[in-house]
Formats: sequence, structure tokens, C-alpha cells
Amino acid sequence: MWESFWFEFINFYFIPGLVLGCIYALGAIGITLTFGILRFANFAHGEIMMTSSYLTWEFVLVASSFGLILHPIIGAIPASICAIILALIVDRLFYKPFRNSPTIMIVIASFGMMLIIRSMVQVIWGPNQITFVKGIAKPNSIIKDFTSSIDIMLLIPNKHIFILLGTIIIMLIFNYLLSSTKIGKGMRAVSDNPNLAEVSGINVENIVKATWVVGGFCAAAAGVFLAMDTQFIESTMGFRMLLPMFAAAILGGIGRPFGAVAGGLIIGLAEELSAYPWLGDGPVISPGYKSGVAFSIMVVMLIFRPSGLFRGRVF
Amino acid sequence: MEIFLGYFLYAMSLLTVGGIYALLALGLNVQWGFAGLFNAGVAGFAAIGAYTYALLTTAKSQFHFGGLELPLIVGDITAMIFAGIVATIIGIICIRLRADYLAIATIGIAEIIKLILKNETDITNGPRGINKIPRTWEHFTEERFYSNFPMNFISNPKGWEVFFDSIPKWWWQPFFACTILIVVIIIYFLLEKLRVSPWGRMMTAIRENEKAAAAAGKNVTKRRIEAFILGAVIMGLAGAFLGQHLRLIEPTQTFDPSKMTFLVWVMLIAGGSGNNKGAILGAFLIWFVWSSSELVTNGVIEILATMFDSVDISILKNRAGFIRMLFIGLLLQFILQRFPKGILPEKRPAISGKSQKYAG
Repeated sequence: MWESFWFEFINFYFIPGLVLGCIYALGAIGITLTFGILRFANFAHGEIMMTSSYLTWEFVLVASSFGLILHPIIGAIPASICAIILALIVDRLFYKPFRNSPTIMIVIASFGMMLIIRSMVQVIWGPNQITFVKGIAKPNSIIKDFTSSIDIMLLIPNKHIFILLGTIIIMLIFNYLLSSTKIGKGMRAVSDNPNLAEVSGINVENIVKATWVVGGFCAAAAGVFLAMDTQFIESTMGFRMLLPMFAAAILGGIGRPFGAVAGGLIIGLAEELSAYPWLGDGPVISPGYKSGVAFSIMVVMLIFRPSGLFRGRVF
Repeated sequence: MEIFLGYFLYAMSLLTVGGIYALLALGLNVQWGFAGLFNAGVAGFAAIGAYTYALLTTAKSQFHFGGLELPLIVGDITAMIFAGIVATIIGIICIRLRADYLAIATIGIAEIIKLILKNETDITNGPRGINKIPRTWEHFTEERFYSNFPMNFISNPKGWEVFFDSIPKWWWQPFFACTILIVVIIIYFLLEKLRVSPWGRMMTAIRENEKAAAAAGKNVTKRRIEAFILGAVIMGLAGAFLGQHLRLIEPTQTFDPSKMTFLVWVMLIAGGSGNNKGAILGAFLIWFVWSSSELVTNGVIEILATMFDSVDISILKNRAGFIRMLFIGLLLQFILQRFPKGILPEKRPAISGKSQKYAG
């Protein structure tokens, strides 16, 4: 018999944690790439995520006014293109002038961009929460019937299946890009040693652009997945994601995209599992403090092993 | 006359809040300008100051811890001490981190402080916040003050009531504004003394070249923690004043990072980081720009509303604040790219002794 412990643990803690972890992982890829290649902590990354989820919502809305009912994932395609363009414009206008200045200038600039992008979204769509997908997400009946027939009933809503599959597909593409294409090899080279990469004939500016394209795309995917998961969008959602994403990037090691993925999954699971009643009846950590978990992991990591789990770069 | 009074009181409140921001900017200047510590959690320290002050000085309440009804000055000082204690703990843990990491860590700390204020409802009344925080000078008109020592020594409660009824209701406003300005000036002079002192020069050395300073035998970590604590103490005091000015504080809206942390950063960078005068100038300047832009946007909205009947004013009014935020953000980018040193660039203190030349 599928015990009640496992039923509760897997369905209500483990799978949501995994889904949250996937979202963190996608977001952390962009952060770790910019940190590794451009050498600064991009505070505006969460806002690009947030903007792309708003854009997706807008595209779906516009399409529905023409009678087309689009799944958010279809709407995410034009939205991710817009997010990539946004990331490139921001880089050109606000980050490029500081490329040879002390890194802290570009950090301050990204700190400002965070506010600029957020207030732009608030001006256009207003500050209030918007419902992204209506209704209660029901567990997928095929999986439910099949798994309950073999006594391990899994309750996975369709949205979670989309998020898990989507993340796996993006990861496979990303893996191919990094390991087998010229641009991906260039990215790894610049991340390891920018000067050496430049003298060996790699066009660093192009690599930087590619970084924004990949980072922007992953951020857009993360934003849309987050909106699909929580079913609402609001202008502070990017900022709320920022800390766990940084924690994931640092946990995995700066400049290590697959480390960031591992870090994202660990942080997502840790946040969800911290609410599980491991000891006694109540949750170990009150759900109100859930977002503190990521932060504590990050601080512990920074103090005891700043290079992260996968020996990333230490600045 | 009525109109002039209105302008006068508006100016007073501008000066009050400008002064509070000047304190925050001075605190940040110690951390960033002197020591090069990127603190992105200004709002957190201000919140600690404001909540400490509020819990210590408010009247007894069933909604939150205390209030302890302590004298206001005790509240101010304890607010500073508490912000300092929290900064010490954070400093010992995080100060070795490089600038970017410290920024991430301090953003996290500000968020955690907010979480604590939101979730510990027994102590802080959670999201509903604390109200009726006594304000310096105005508190004299509250019954629990004038019916107790030392005010009942001068006159009985009845006499005080008659007296306060006989003077205009806004009498405390200029006094409150002046108190804050005097505090700003005192702290300015103390910080100027500090800047040219051996400690201040050592801070500059550490900021400019940490390894060289360490090689010269300076205890880099300890000095940095000191600067972090000192800045946080000033921010805590600013928080206490902010609590007094607002009289109602709650964790989310009052200590919104964009209005507290970000605006203070814009002020410091615009004024000139490393320069105390610049910090004060930047604070007042950006605060005036920020408040006058409210008047401008409201005016534009009124004009738009009269020109086009179809324009929905309420939506525009709702969003005007974000247009201003957008504008301030662009202003920061502009200053950062064109005038990275700010309006008043940092001046190094002269070399002591006979050769009175500027160093660096």
C-alpha cells in the first residue's frame, strides 16, 4: 500500500518543490551566465522574468480578442523574443558604457534597471495582481488513474507536467548549445578567461550578446512557468524570485550553468520541504519564513564554500 | 494667509522628510562612500530603527508588544543601538564578501527583517503595523504626556489642555523639522571630523586598495565592520524619525525597497559618494525633485483630464507614482554615465603636517 506518508510527501511537498526548483533553475542559468561572462550580479534579471510573464498574458489576451484561445506556452514564444530584445537593449544602453569601469558601477546600473523595468510594467499594466490562468488546476487524470492502479497515486496537475517537461527540453537544448556549438564553446571560454579568449580570436562582444539571448530566453521561460504555477502575475514577482535565483547560482558555483540547475532544484526542494512537519505536528519552519530558507543556504555557502558545489568562480 | 500657511507647512514637511533622507544618505555614505560597502538593505535598518522606537514609546496596546511608554529620547537611542547590534551580527558574517555578494546578502537581510516584522504578529502586530507613534514636540499635546512628570510639574492637565487649545494646531511642525535638521547638522560635523581623522583616512586606504592597507598592518575586516555598524546606527536613527513622521508604520509599504533603499542610493550617487556635504545636498535635491514631480504629474493629469473627457483620471493617478519612479531611475542612469562622481565629488583630506597639499 502506498502509505499516507509517501502520498502526502510526494504529492504535496516533493513535486511542488521540484517544480519550483525548475523555475529557479531556469532563472539561475541567466544569472550565472551574466555573472560568469560579464562578471557582475545582474539585479534586473528577475524583472525580465516578470516582464515576459506580463507580455505572455498580454499576447494571450490579444489573441483571445481575435477568437484564438492560446495556451500560455504558445504566448510565451513572442514574449520570450520580446524579453531577449529587452535584455539586449538594456545591455546596449545601460551596461555597455560601463564595460571597462569597476564592476560595481554596472551593479548599481542593474540595480537601477530593476526599478526602471518594474515601474515601466507598473505604468503599463498597473500595480495590481492579474489572474494569469483561471480556475483550479486539477490533477492529470491519466497519470492519476494509471498510478493509482499500481498503488502509487500521483496527483500532478497539467501545469506541473508542462513545467517539468519544458524545463527538461530547454536544458537539453542548452546542453547541446554549450557543448557542441561554436558560440557555446566561446561562452565557456570567455567565462573561464576573457583575456585569453579575446587573444585567441573570439569576438567577446558577440559572446556577450549570445549570453543575453540565452539568459533572456531562460528568464522568459522561468517567468512564464512561474506565472503558470502560481496562476497570477504581479509586478513584484521578479524581485521575490531574485534572492532564490542568486542563491541557486551561488550554490551551484558562479559561471557553472549546470551547477545553477542543481542549485535551483536544491533550493526549490529545500523551500518546499522546510514546510513539511518533520518533527511533531507543525511545519519545521513556518511557511511565512519560506523565502528565508534560500537566503540562509546562500549565506552558509558564501561563508564556508564560496566556490559553490561545482567549483565555480570566486570573485 | 491660509494659502501661505499651507505653503509653509508643505515646506516644513518637505524639510522634515528631506532631513530624514539626509540621515539615511549620510549613513549610506559611511558604508559606501567611506568604506566601499555596498549595502542594498537600507530599508531593513530603517525598519529596525522605526520598529524599536515605536515599540518602546507607544502607549500600552493589546495588538503588539508593549508599548513600554518610555521617554522618546530613550526610544531614539535604543533604535540606534538595536540597528547597531543587528549590523554587528550581519557584519561579522557577511563583511568579507565582495561588493556584488554583499549587495545580494544585504538585499536578503532586508527581506528577512521584513519577514520577521510581518510574521511575528505578537510583537509587531504583523501587516497591520503599529500606529499612534508619538512624534517629538507633538507628543506634548497627548494626554499621557501632559498629565505625567515632568509636564504636570509645570501645570495641571486642565491648564495644558487650555494652553494647547489656544495655540495653532500646527505649532509642533517647525519644531519637529528643526530638530531633525539640527540632528543632521550634528551628525554631519561628527562625520566630517571622522573623515579627516586617522580612522577616516584608513577607511579610504582600505576602500582604494585593500591588499596594500592590509600589508600596512591595518585590520581590514574590523575596520569594515566598524563602518558598517556606524552607518547602520545612523540609518536606525533615521528610521526612528521616519516612524515619528509617519506615526503609522507597517512592514511592506512603509519600508518598500524602491522608496527607501533605491531612492537613498540615487541621492548619494547624485550628491557625490564619499562627500558628506554631497550626501546631504543629494538627499534634499532628489527629495525635492521627487516631491515636486508629484505636483507636476498631478498637474499634467488634471490638464489631460480637462482636455480629453474620455481619460480615466483614477487610473492615471494610480500610475503617476510609477512614472515618477521611472524618471528617478533614468536620472540615476544618466548621472551614473555622465557624472559618476556626483555633484560634489569626493575631496581627500589634506596631508597633516607642514605640506598642506591635497593628497590624491
